[in-house]
Amino acid sequence: MTTVTKKDPVFVVVQLSGGNDFMNTLVPYSNHRYYDNRKFLNIAPEDVLPLDNTLGWHPEMAPFKELYDRGMVAVVQGIGYPDSNRSHFRGMDIMHTCTPHEVSTIGWLGTVIEQMDPGKENPLTGVNFGVGLPRAMSKAGVPVTSVSNLDEYGLMSGLAAEDQRDKALKIFKDMYAQAIGSGPVMDYLSRTGSDVITGADMIKVAPEQYESTVEYGDSQIAKSLRDVARVHTADLGTRIFYTQQGGYDTHANQLPSQPGLFRDLSRAVNDFFADLEEHDADDNVVMLIFSEFGRRIADNGSGTDHGSGGGAYLVGKPVVGGLYSEYPSLEPDKWAKGEDLEHTIDFRGIYGTILEQWLGLEASPIVYGNFEQIHPFKNS
Amino acid sequence: MSSNDLKLKAHLLRRAGFGASPKELDQVSDKSYEDIVEDLLHPDRAEEINMDYIKRYNPELRYPDTHPLHAGFWIWRMINTKKPLEEKIALFWHHVFATAWYKGEHTPSQIEQIETFRRNGLSNIKQILNDLAKDPAMNYWLDNCENHSDQPNENWGRELLELFSMGVGNYTEEDIKQASRAFTGWTFEQPLPLYPYGNYETKFVFDESDHDFGEKTFLGRTGDFNGEDIIDIICEERATALFICRHLYNFFVEDEPQIPAWSIEPPRNPEAIDQMIDVLMSNDGEMVPLLRFVFNSEFFKDSMYKKVKNPCELIAGTLKLTGTYGIMPKQGEEVGKLYGIGSVMGQALMNPPTVEGWHTGHEWIDGGTLNERVNFAVNQFNDMSVPGLSDIISRLGDRVKASELLDKCLDIIGPFELGKQAYDALSEYAEAVGDLDLTNEASIEQNNEYIARMVQLILSTREYQFA
Repeated sequence: MTTVTKKDPVFVVVQLSGGNDFMNTLVPYSNHRYYDNRKFLNIAPEDVLPLDNTLGWHPEMAPFKELYDRGMVAVVQGIGYPDSNRSHFRGMDIMHTCTPHEVSTIGWLGTVIEQMDPGKENPLTGVNFGVGLPRAMSKAGVPVTSVSNLDEYGLMSGLAAEDQRDKALKIFKDMYAQAIGSGPVMDYLSRTGSDVITGADMIKVAPEQYESTVEYGDSQIAKSLRDVARVHTADLGTRIFYTQQGGYDTHANQLPSQPGLFRDLSRAVNDFFADLEEHDADDNVVMLIFSEFGRRIADNGSGTDHGSGGGAYLVGKPVVGGLYSEYPSLEPDKWAKGEDLEHTIDFRGIYGTILEQWLGLEASPIVYGNFEQIHPFKNS
Repeated sequence: MSSNDLKLKAHLLRRAGFGASPKELDQVSDKSYEDIVEDLLHPDRAEEINMDYIKRYNPELRYPDTHPLHAGFWIWRMINTKKPLEEKIALFWHHVFATAWYKGEHTPSQIEQIETFRRNGLSNIKQILNDLAKDPAMNYWLDNCENHSDQPNENWGRELLELFSMGVGNYTEEDIKQASRAFTGWTFEQPLPLYPYGNYETKFVFDESDHDFGEKTFLGRTGDFNGEDIIDIICEERATALFICRHLYNFFVEDEPQIPAWSIEPPRNPEAIDQMIDVLMSNDGEMVPLLRFVFNSEFFKDSMYKKVKNPCELIAGTLKLTGTYGIMPKQGEEVGKLYGIGSVMGQALMNPPTVEGWHTGHEWIDGGTLNERVNFAVNQFNDMSVPGLSDIISRLGDRVKASELLDKCLDIIGPFELGKQAYDALSEYAEAVGDLDLTNEASIEQNNEYIARMVQLILSTREYQFA
């Protein structure tokens, strides 16, 4: 296992839901093909935040660029999967289960969590922040905690008065106590109920003991990443965090909506790492930011339709910053389906990179095969 | 009427419908169990649901664009319908013939598919499979529109046999190829484009020029078969009857092992399944005689609480109890929210995860979904003004002794049975609350929270997770 720290490696996933437009995230501002195809939806050369003399960040991504300039961001250019069918749900499913050609319900991180905690001792090994468990984290029989609101997480959280809630929970525990002869399904419900109570009991110390000088912004992604920081710094044994930022499905009105999303995202990510640094809790954390697909090369006059070939980002202190893989070609004869960016690296290779080089797990049983990896970590 | 009788009727209404409010149980108190079964089997006897108000308050329902809104509207129908089996059988076929919005992203055809299940769900297996084969949402979902005479696509042919009628092990790969040839040219009319005005409906078309009219040999029979002929042959097979009966048993009677295990795991109650097969086959695939047999059978009556509620059953049943999301919507009762509630419990209606459908039984439950199920049910009774709570209180009588509170509540909201642990824990709670005076408005206001809490605790039990 090649990790840079003695502490257990921690992995945070931020999913940009809806299909982020990679070409307007990291803009190929010196390429005339970009301006030829993006007649309406382009970022002018003078507006980008240059990364080098061919690529530049979207103007709202200054806090993210700052992390890049500090060497904390590995940009994976051209991530994708074969035969993209441009469906959000299918795209997400593929990226959640690593099965582009068949439908599976086993999430890749579900298997990771199972391997990290085979005895199911810590229900907080994997924690999702958001409504509903992403398929990436689901696997039958693997307990995962899913929190929509950290300050109100847990059973009976709708009961306003704390003493009432405590009483109700005590009764709940008694009602869910295991008993001989009640049958396997009742037993399963008992165990699940008690896992939820244990998880909620453990996790509630996080907001209680957290203190920080970092003031996060007022967005959902900021709130979620602050929740990740609160639980991570509470040292509850969580190894996998998951959260998402929605709104990237910009068929129309991309011009006004994408900048707001980037502003919220890049500030939240920057604040998150500042927060971890303040708690001296950043040397074992790596974040993956990804989206289910990129968007069409040509704009449609007000937005961009579903495409393929996008970008992903690995962020953190253990990361060796820079550009990885290749920017998808803008030459028309290289386009996928005659109108999409062709991906240059398979997402399963990036998952494999994280699994083997960061988490110390064998990749092929989880991503179903061997795929080209990159080397974005220090000492690896 | 004995309370045992009422328990049985409540059981029937939970399984053949989505549960019954105390008022709805009152309405059937004079009817015999067998008469209730007949009413359920004849939806045409009941009045149509009044949708005027819900449509007025959710004007977007006029447009068939957003599937969450229409899926939520379906749950609203489950709550308010006077024809519960019509909605339940539509949900049953949606479970079996799982078609998801996410591939086609075409809401009108999803809506139409469910409407078809409502219309034909209680008819005949042959009719149901033929309608399914011509259903545009299914056609696109399983790529039959890509199934051409010169280049067959076997997706539909394969799933028709494997997941929709016979089950693996009862046909060969060659049978799949031959069946697929018979369905070439079965496609749908290209709908008008989405932009700029939204989604348009489409319909089945048979494209003769793309149909393979050659001779096919399928399951030992030879002829120039078309799709209808394939379905005729499928419906003659005992394997099909077995397959449908196992699904029906799993959905209406008792949780079975999940479908991928069917080829190796025998049914829980082989005798019951054999009887069901005989009924189905001797009635030429008619659904009504089969369901009549099931609902009146001893194995059905013995199956109380042997099935984990699916999220729709949990949501609709609970909201029937609170009396919210009724015919006349109240502030904040947007139907789209109901879809979201189901989604976080693991059942995104009209959007099942795969063509295999949802895994049912205890697989509905994990840490996250249990948390959602319990909190959802509990939170419905946080508001002391919900009509269902006043109804429960009015049924409790003027004075409730501590020793009676639990039994009375269980009778009113069930009738419902608890295991020993839950019963003891709640008796203790009732004891701590003490005798309740409900004689006047002031005393009710003082005590309604205790009753609401008792109801909340009952709805958070393990037992409440079962239908």
